[in-house]
Amino acid sequence: MAHHSEESQVTVLPPDKEKIKKLWTVAGILGAVTAVEFVIAFTMSHGSAKTAIFVILTIVKAGYIVGEFMHLRYEVKVLFWAILIPTLFIIWMLVAFVYEGMQMPVF
Amino acid sequence: MSHSSAATVSEKSLWDGGASPMGASYGKLMMWFFLLSDAFTFSGLLITYGLVRASHPAFEGLPDAFVFSTEYWPVPEKVFEAVPFLHGYSLPLVFVGIMTFILIMSSVTMVLAVEAGHRMDRKAVEKWMLWTIIGGLTFLGCQAWEWTYFIVGTDTPTIVKDFVNGQWITKEVTGASLKINQYGPQPFADFFFFITGFHGFHVFSGVMFNFLIYYNTVTGVYERRGHYEMVEKVGLYWHFVDLVWVFVFTFFYLV
Repeated sequence: MAHHSEESQVTVLPPDKEKIKKLWTVAGILGAVTAVEFVIAFTMSHGSAKTAIFVILTIVKAGYIVGEFMHLRYEVKVLFWAILIPTLFIIWMLVAFVYEGMQMPVF
Repeated sequence: MSHSSAATVSEKSLWDGGASPMGASYGKLMMWFFLLSDAFTFSGLLITYGLVRASHPAFEGLPDAFVFSTEYWPVPEKVFEAVPFLHGYSLPLVFVGIMTFILIMSSVTMVLAVEAGHRMDRKAVEKWMLWTIIGGLTFLGCQAWEWTYFIVGTDTPTIVKDFVNGQWITKEVTGASLKINQYGPQPFADFFFFITGFHGFHVFSGVMFNFLIYYNTVTGVYERRGHYEMVEKVGLYWHFVDLVWVFVFTFFYLV
């Protein structure tokens, strides 16, 4: 592809070291939380306490992915809440359906 | 060459479509709301899994005493314990862990591509997009292997009750399909195929989008356009795929 004159005018800025370092920190946190989940999976017996820990750790991971990687934390407030508030319906749906499931045993 | 609105917003035209609502461009907003709707779709699948699982009895014995049976819901770590080239070893959740790691890493390379795009650094965008594509393809390869193993089954068959020609019969079954399942109740296999399949299809589409972005970057489309916002939009989608996997990992493999 031929190079246009306007292409040569593009000024490339140097890497933002601080920002990149922060991204790798977030990646490290995600990896560490997954490692903790692994340890818990094989050291705790199955039960509601274990499930609760998994749910909390998953929400922590989701928070970092959506907040930092998807940059939602830094968007304007109205966008932040427009995305976050509707997900409350998911929690309602989860509670209602799992409760329903416990009330209708298959066997 | 079309100029995108984000780069040329003038502050005067507040009510003429000049300024974007919520401080984000049209494309980015629509991507956010699409992802919100997609989140509801995945929630529907995962919550239905929760409903069906809650209606089946759980395995009550000690973990070591676990055997496959259609009488109770299987313990996931007993189902997913195979790793390529290590046949016969019990390595619960190791392979899924590797897949999780691959997807997180490809999410990181994606943000690095977005960061490079902000700096108009074409070479760096190319590099990081290529790594992201490689990560996505590796994940898909892993999933293909996992599906194959799940479908073919373990070395020893399970006795499964099946309804054939109006009566219940018992037979030996290895592997699983949408009709028969050696690992536990039939819905377990069905949900495995639907949930990981639907997610895998998202990964596949994501790799296609990423390739498109990579191609446009290499040919200089975004450089001429003056900004790399498309990398951001597709980046949002790619992170969402990672996000969904985090939930699938927890609710399908760990709990």
